[in-house]
Amino acid sequence: MPFISPHGLSFDIAHSLAGLLVLVSFMMLYQVRLLALLHVLALHAFVLALSVAWQAHIQDAPHLYITAAIALLFKALLIPWALRRMVFQMGLHREIETVGGIGLTMLAGIALVALSLEVMLPVTANADPVAREDIALALSVVLIGLLVMVTRRNAISQVVGFMSLENGINLAATGARGMPLVVEISVAFSILIAFIVVGIFLFRIRERFDTVDVAALDQSRGGEA
Amino acid sequence: MMPDPVSAILLTPLFAAAILAILPGYRIGAVLNVLACLAALLFALTLLWMRPVTGSYLLVDDLNIVFVLLNCFVGLTTSAFSASYIGHEIHSGRLTRTNIRFYHAMYQVMMFGMNLALLANNIGLMWVAVELATLTTVVMVGLYRTAEALEAAWKYFILGSVGIALALFGTILVYLAARPVVGEGLDAMVWTYLLRSAPQFDPSLLNIAFVFLLLGYGTKVGLAPLHAWLPDAHAEGPTPISAVLSGLLLNVALYALLRFKVLLAANPHAIAPGRLMIALGLLSLIFAAFMLYRRRDIKRLFAYSSIEHMGIIVFAFGMGGPLGNFAGLLQMTMHSLTKSAIFFSVGHVAQVKGTQKIAEMGGLTESHPILGWGLVAGVAAIVGLPPFGVFTSEFLVVSSTFAREPVLALLLVFGLLLAFGALLLRLGSIAFGPVKGPVGRLHASYVPMFAHLSLVLLAGIWLPPPLVAWFQNVAGLLR
Repeated sequence: MPFISPHGLSFDIAHSLAGLLVLVSFMMLYQVRLLALLHVLALHAFVLALSVAWQAHIQDAPHLYITAAIALLFKALLIPWALRRMVFQMGLHREIETVGGIGLTMLAGIALVALSLEVMLPVTANADPVAREDIALALSVVLIGLLVMVTRRNAISQVVGFMSLENGINLAATGARGMPLVVEISVAFSILIAFIVVGIFLFRIRERFDTVDVAALDQSRGGEA
Repeated sequence: MMPDPVSAILLTPLFAAAILAILPGYRIGAVLNVLACLAALLFALTLLWMRPVTGSYLLVDDLNIVFVLLNCFVGLTTSAFSASYIGHEIHSGRLTRTNIRFYHAMYQVMMFGMNLALLANNIGLMWVAVELATLTTVVMVGLYRTAEALEAAWKYFILGSVGIALALFGTILVYLAARPVVGEGLDAMVWTYLLRSAPQFDPSLLNIAFVFLLLGYGTKVGLAPLHAWLPDAHAEGPTPISAVLSGLLLNVALYALLRFKVLLAANPHAIAPGRLMIALGLLSLIFAAFMLYRRRDIKRLFAYSSIEHMGIIVFAFGMGGPLGNFAGLLQMTMHSLTKSAIFFSVGHVAQVKGTQKIAEMGGLTESHPILGWGLVAGVAAIVGLPPFGVFTSEFLVVSSTFAREPVLALLLVFGLLLAFGALLLRLGSIAFGPVKGPVGRLHASYVPMFAHLSLVLLAGIWLPPPLVAWFQNVAGLLR
């Protein structure tokens, strides 16, 4: 392997994987069913795991494999599975509404990608190329995650948006060569904790409401903002 | 080997949390909660004499000693208030014993998280600690499990997480800026090393990082466009949590912001972070001052007052300079003490009246003189009336601004007067006039409230010279 321009090839693969993650983020934007959205979330985490594993390989940083394993086991398998169970338990495997329409959301997504490239590429001109592309694409994933959270009314899909946002941050953290392990592990664990908290919340909400639609939560306040 | 006060400050709440989680009785739990906070405060006091060496993870300097001491002190008084508060909640059946056990354990985990964030020398560790403190407060805000409490907790959780995620992105960018200079690995996240080599960092990367950090930690500070979680979280959680949210957690996020501000200020080519902070601070102040007029819920009212005060504090630190930073530090200390005292009194008011609606309470000074006059003193202090300490600090903020930016000072005074009017208007209907609502007796502990108020009063009349010297020194460090 080393004789076919290792730097060029490894860069290309890292770049494609990061680009793939942005693509999967876009797939989230047009899912109208909750279960399909969870499948895309699993795919998102799977691509992240691949990308992190590749970074571990090219940076010769074996501790990143742990991060990749956490992404694969927790984020691509366990959490989508648990959310899926929750969806069935609550009888939510129906259509989910999006605000503003899919076409408009996709356009907004494209604008966000353009924005993050426009912002990040000039300022990281001196950084090494792998980190540079990774950070720019990671920011796109983060912003699209925010967009998912903004456009969805349903509590579970907001969690999905939040997790894709965290995936983007993971991509940035692993792209930054030599970033201390403390942070990576903690990022992974914070997602786990966040998930547990959300899980508790969802079940509590389930006790009180017949829906986990955030719009219904807003009504319960009675206009006293 | 000497026992290390820093690890003692951090380990005490952790041990206490473990014990409190398994201890069945709520009375003994409340006592232990107070004792653990007292122990942490005593350990924190030893920092004044014994300065541990700075490591890669933990740091003690003149700046964070102020925050840690304030944190431990308000933590202690709030735990004392909470002991009498939860007694009432148990009797009225709003909380069960299991809830209380969980609550006490979480209280200590939160204290651990906040102290860790304040003592961290590693920007990654600081981020983890702020996140931990946030999560514990989220579950405590949802403690009552009513529809409103769950909505508040959910909103807090989602907005807080987005904020904290943006802060992490900013942290990663700081690492990227530091890596070519400091070198790969752990060192590039250690704040003291970062500060030393900050002048050589890539300024444009630092600028972008600061924008993310300001938005991220600014969400937790409760700055204006990002404040939506704050009133709900204050209104629907248990009142001791409202007191620590306003008095402490906002400060912790502010502290994180200040650390990065110093970092940016050390780089001559980076943007001046002060401008952004001034803009957000003024926006928060004026926005919150207008919002104060339309509040019908007493805890929401004082939550908006916290946004207003965080606006003033961020504005003062944004102005910077020795005087601006001094005023900011003083204002922050006074706000923590006064606002938590107000929440101590509001908690008991809401308990005795059985509601948080301002329209359903009145004539408090007549029906419950101690509580009523305590609230009057607290509000008089928070709106900045002399002779209380908030007057001193607000006067300093305004006068130092007038000397440098008269236009900004006019906006500042406008916001202050607006808030002044709104709070006095509401206070009038709550504390004076005809008695409204239940007038039952109340088993309340007034010690924490009056302890805070007398400290604020003392600071307004006479600031001890060593304290002034200390704050001046810190103000110099902040640039």
